[in-house]
Amino acid sequence: MSKKIGVFVCHCGTNISATVDVEKVAEEAKKNNPGVSYTTTYKYMCSDPGQKLLRDKIKEEGLDGVVVAACSPKMHEHTFRNAAKKAGMNPYHVEISNLREQCSWVHPDKPTGTEKSIDLVRMMTEKTRKDKSLNPIKVPVTKRALVIGGGIAGIQAALDIADAGHEVIMVEREASIGGHMAQLSETFPTLDCSQCIMTPKMVELAQNENIKLYTWSEIESVDGYLGNFDVKIRKKARSVDLDLCTGCSSCWQVCPSKKIKSEFDMKLGNRTAIYIPFPQAIPSKPVIDREHCLLFKDARKKNIPPNDSKVCRKCLDVCPIAPVKAIDYSQEDEFITEKIGAIIVATGFKELDDTSMYGEYGGGKYQDVITGLQFERLASASGPTEGEIQRPSDGKLPEIIVFIQCVGSRDPAKGCSYCSKTCCMYTAKHTMLYKHKVHDGHAYVFYIDIRCAGKDYEEFWLRAVEEEGATYLRGRVSRIYKKGDKLVVLGADTLTGSVVEIEADMVVLASAMKAQDDAEKFAQKLSIQYNKDKFFSEIHPKLKPVESSSAGIFLAGTCQGPKDIPETVAQAGAAASKVLALLSADELEREPVVAKVDRLPAPIFSTCIGCFYCKRVCPYGAIAEEDIKARDGSVIKTVARVNEGLCQGCGLCAATCRSKSVELAGFNDEQVYAEINSVEFN
Amino acid sequence: MKIKITTKELKSDFAKEVKERSGIDVKKCYQCGKCTAGCPVAYEMDYMPNQIIRFVQLGLRREALTSRTIWLCASCITCSTRCPKEVKIAELMDVLREMALEEGVANPMEKNITTFHEAFLNSVKKHGRISEFWMLSEYKRKRPKTALQDIEIGPQLMLKGKLSLTPHDIKGKKSIKRIFEKFK
Amino acid sequence: MTEETKKTKIGYYPGCAITKCSTSEEYGTSVLGVSRVIGPELVEIDDWNCCGASSAHATNHKLSTALSVRNISLAEKDGYDEVLAPCPMCSQRLIISQNDVHEDKKLREEVEDAIEMPISSNVKVSNYLEIIKNYSMDEIAEKRKKKPEGLKVASYYGCLLVRPPKILKFDDPENPTTMDEIVTAIGAEAVDWEFKTNCCGGGFTLSRPNVVVKLTHDILEGAADAGANAIAVACPMCHANLDMRQKNIEKEYGRRFNIPIVYISELIGLALGLKPKDLGMDKHFIDTDFVVDAFSNIEE
Repeated sequence: MSKKIGVFVCHCGTNISATVDVEKVAEEAKKNNPGVSYTTTYKYMCSDPGQKLLRDKIKEEGLDGVVVAACSPKMHEHTFRNAAKKAGMNPYHVEISNLREQCSWVHPDKPTGTEKSIDLVRMMTEKTRKDKSLNPIKVPVTKRALVIGGGIAGIQAALDIADAGHEVIMVEREASIGGHMAQLSETFPTLDCSQCIMTPKMVELAQNENIKLYTWSEIESVDGYLGNFDVKIRKKARSVDLDLCTGCSSCWQVCPSKKIKSEFDMKLGNRTAIYIPFPQAIPSKPVIDREHCLLFKDARKKNIPPNDSKVCRKCLDVCPIAPVKAIDYSQEDEFITEKIGAIIVATGFKELDDTSMYGEYGGGKYQDVITGLQFERLASASGPTEGEIQRPSDGKLPEIIVFIQCVGSRDPAKGCSYCSKTCCMYTAKHTMLYKHKVHDGHAYVFYIDIRCAGKDYEEFWLRAVEEEGATYLRGRVSRIYKKGDKLVVLGADTLTGSVVEIEADMVVLASAMKAQDDAEKFAQKLSIQYNKDKFFSEIHPKLKPVESSSAGIFLAGTCQGPKDIPETVAQAGAAASKVLALLSADELEREPVVAKVDRLPAPIFSTCIGCFYCKRVCPYGAIAEEDIKARDGSVIKTVARVNEGLCQGCGLCAATCRSKSVELAGFNDEQVYAEINSVEFN
Repeated sequence: MKIKITTKELKSDFAKEVKERSGIDVKKCYQCGKCTAGCPVAYEMDYMPNQIIRFVQLGLRREALTSRTIWLCASCITCSTRCPKEVKIAELMDVLREMALEEGVANPMEKNITTFHEAFLNSVKKHGRISEFWMLSEYKRKRPKTALQDIEIGPQLMLKGKLSLTPHDIKGKKSIKRIFEKFK
Repeated sequence: MTEETKKTKIGYYPGCAITKCSTSEEYGTSVLGVSRVIGPELVEIDDWNCCGASSAHATNHKLSTALSVRNISLAEKDGYDEVLAPCPMCSQRLIISQNDVHEDKKLREEVEDAIEMPISSNVKVSNYLEIIKNYSMDEIAEKRKKKPEGLKVASYYGCLLVRPPKILKFDDPENPTTMDEIVTAIGAEAVDWEFKTNCCGGGFTLSRPNVVVKLTHDILEGAADAGANAIAVACPMCHANLDMRQKNIEKEYGRRFNIPIVYISELIGLALGLKPKDLGMDKHFIDTDFVVDAFSNIEE
């Protein structure tokens, strides 16, 4: 029985009709296609009256197939399928012929455009003729979220989800949660103390009964799909039993390795080998840095076993916990698998701390040229100088300090073209913190443009100039060199057309926000996309800003791109609300456009020959190997099976399959050939 | 000197012409001023290097070609080396100098520099190599005010046998002449 | 030319400034003197011409390209795979011109027509530091006769050896170390300083001496303040400006430097035990006795 197909050609205002003769397209659609029983054109098919027209005609004309010739299916396929569904039709009998993006916008010549449009509509008509009814796939949901990363983004998202009554697993690779925000001294534009607003949130998270926290842990692998992820977590050997340890501090007080550069203090301060990263750490229990710990060094280099009486065991000796001590040198990495419904990635950023590519600024060889985060630690009351601005080389108060913006940002020659967005504001803040502590000091800022677009931001940086007396010079610095105990900064002020030479005591580089070093590897582990700078990509920059390219995985904070705290918190909240929406359903519906490997009766079982080329090309890890077994349990053959939950319907497997055993629903070979043939032979 | 920019300049093809001649796209410059900041001769210039690029960006042909800056550029290439947008600024100076000479608008205040280049190339054209003595003589003759400058150095050079009066002509002098003829 | 000789012989392009009876002849003399002891063998390219230096590229790009490229084509004709141009003005011009004709087909055709020779892109043009580093470091260690005492050398590279870095592809443009390595290899102390690649004013020595005086002063001051008692160079213009003008600068700025400016080839020569006179040490304006005397100890 042949289908009764209706063709609806949209003008899209004049977007299509200016370069395509839509009336002619509609006319031709009917003329050459016996199955087409109704055609029309309409100014805006996506409008309410347009959709009504579609619904009415389906009923009136008794249509069982529809072609809408309009814009990209990415725009309105969903709209028109919904409209058809309301009129009682299975929505998968609606096809979109893209006359706008693929024709009218790219072909200025009307006759050519019209001709191509006629072809495009004919192709879709042929496809529609062979459309089968499809039903959405339903998948169950595990009502538990995973938040990866324990900075402000992760903490905010985890609290939001937990407060709504769902379980959250948080995985943080450092020994404590807190992230970069815990390192900051004061925050713009209010100058409130970062730790004062951060630590209560950290405590709240630790005490929330819905949140299970894994610190010093990393994601080993992520399997499964939306609603049903299997996440394997590696709990790195901490050498301290978190259940037994009370955080009494005896151990790190006696540790003899006291000169290890503290990562938390951006290498400006020292820590011990058994340590907590900072006093307010959560959990407030130490970890042993096995690289620097004498016991482990001896074991590695001299092959001395940990139980030898010669090795350092001071922390163990001093641990007051009895009868079993909280310190355990024999701990090994442990693996835990958790069932998860939705994932929030909040893995944060890395400050550009290696400035070796800036040879003209000394490339890291001058002690008194520091980075923005180092300045934060200097200015922080909990920092290595207890908040006094001392220069690292000799502890002197810098009387003249120079700030250089855009170091590693907006610098394609150094491989980084984007703007880090936060540096204008944090540099303005730094000049204020400096002036608050060194009253007679002089702060000079070299900038290219001031980008302080945020609520109260413009006022904030102007305060630095007008009230705090920072001098802003418009030009990028070309060179820093040492002269005696001063640093000579060669800059420019393009507003006066001058060269500027400043003999400074200290220089602060407003270093870029970069993606984490392992961002690329991590994205591949999760099958999410990332951009050229290795920041994770959202699906749509405007309309889907927190959704990653994999269903059920959401993005929050700076792992997606540079942003400040307010924006990070807002995005974390948005990601949390997306997760909550997912977890609020008992079942999830998915588009049925998925691949399927054929199954046939015995003795063939499947035409699949088990070469698994499909498995190799699948970007989503959706292909599994399945054993077809005889009654006695023996394996007859091993064939491919598509996990519908993971499949995104890209069709790579179907195109790759050598035995033509894979079919993509809604895009089967028969349909594609029908489309092609309709052009070839007309 | 104030400059007035009108649509006449803004609509001109100066930047395009520069790009066609040299391949240098001044549109890429976002005026950060790093070129100026690192220029060892900037303090002597009438316009800063970034301003010269701005002139080209905005079609201010006269200002660019008659500037002293283009002649004062020492071709040390510090600017191009450090430019974040990889604009070849030093090479841009080359093409502007070439255009200024072609149009006869080279700034007379830097006549010493243009005359030096002239004397240098005349010597190459004549002998195929530089005859330092005769090149110097031509320069001093054409720029009499410089006659007394460094007067003590010449005789010392002679004494050390480092300044020869006899030029060395290469065998392929004709070939050199041909090159000069082709690229006048 | 046989394969055997091709390997060891390098085409020598002295350029105008360092030939006999020129202002920087001691550079050429010492380069050739050193090569006779430790190789590689240098054979002068027949009938080479001036590269046009800054005067050509500053005023006429095509002329500059053709003058430079002619020499590369001559070297190719003589069968050399590699050419040494000890003067960095020459090596820079030769390499840039070779690059320009490689990138611009039309320019290449015009230049080929003007020089009446095909253009080769296969000849590698090297500066002096590259040649020493690539061929002679072992020989220096082997044949070193004298170890200098108390000689603290600031290696001064200037502009032309390292810029433009993307085309020259030699060392780090902000902090090059090749010359320092050579200085260390001959047993002198390499002083770390800040002005390794600052500009000396180069070709403005006649037309804008005031610029040169300021820039060279900064360089001399930087070297002196870093504790250097000699500056090593590998460029005739750097040498001329720092050596010939030093007395002038001292008068202008009221600070006595008296720092001998020596070519790196002269330092190598002294370490190899060559006679100072054979290296042209007597041709300097600033007395080099201090440097020569530093090499009076014969190594065990």
